[in-house]
Amino acid sequence: MADNPQRPQATARPLSPHMTIYRWPVTMMTSITHRFTGVGLTVGAVILAWWLVCVSNGIDGGYGTFMAVASTPVGELILFGVTWSLVFHFLNGIRHLAWDLGFGFDKKLAERNSVIIFALSVIGALAVFATAWTGHGGYLK
Amino acid sequence: MSTAQTPLHKVQGMGSSHSGTGHFWRERITALALIPLSLWFLFTMLGMAGASVVTPAQFFQHPWNGALMAAFVSFSLYHAALGLQVVIEDYVHTAGTKIFSLLAIRGALLACWIVSIFAILRITVS
Repeated sequence: MADNPQRPQATARPLSPHMTIYRWPVTMMTSITHRFTGVGLTVGAVILAWWLVCVSNGIDGGYGTFMAVASTPVGELILFGVTWSLVFHFLNGIRHLAWDLGFGFDKKLAERNSVIIFALSVIGALAVFATAWTGHGGYLK
Repeated sequence: MSTAQTPLHKVQGMGSSHSGTGHFWRERITALALIPLSLWFLFTMLGMAGASVVTPAQFFQHPWNGALMAAFVSFSLYHAALGLQVVIEDYVHTAGTKIFSLLAIRGALLACWIVSIFAILRITVS
């Protein structure tokens, strides 16, 4: 197809900044992290299904294999990632619901809350694992 | 002709999006239900840390616990289906690939749900 002779010269037009050259505001970080952790939690749901199947199989029905895989360094890392994802998505999800009701849109407040949510999610996930590692979990045994 | 909207869409108050606020609303309702359910799930799982298979097997035999687990799994996977749908709609722009991805995701999540619920029922009746 021949070039349109009336096509305007598209040179030296100012471009809107792209993601890669943006200085990422912290609210942008929480937004993409919310989506990332949501996808991660879907993986967690598949792991949960596997665990439930193992439990339903009873003794010698794969529960030992699950626990063996889960207690490897990679397994623990994945479980920590899913735990952190749950805590983050939980906290930021509550903020999303507050936004839907019209609260928390002030720029400074939104930035402060983003930092608080990041900090609390890491502290929360560490607290869960610290409780388990120090033997304070397992209270349903 | 002053508008490109079909009479049906005009009546339904919908534009080129083809749908209304149903998706948004379901995402919020499932999120609301997941607030208490997630807390229950986290404290339940922590209570089973390092336990043998006997602990969860006995725990979920109690109807309340089995029902709560079924609720947590169901709301989670429905919420995940709604969320992943948005992710695909945002990043996949080819019509064929988009429809295939949406069907694949829904099929996988539905399979995950069936397996989970079946396992919970199996624990309850065992």
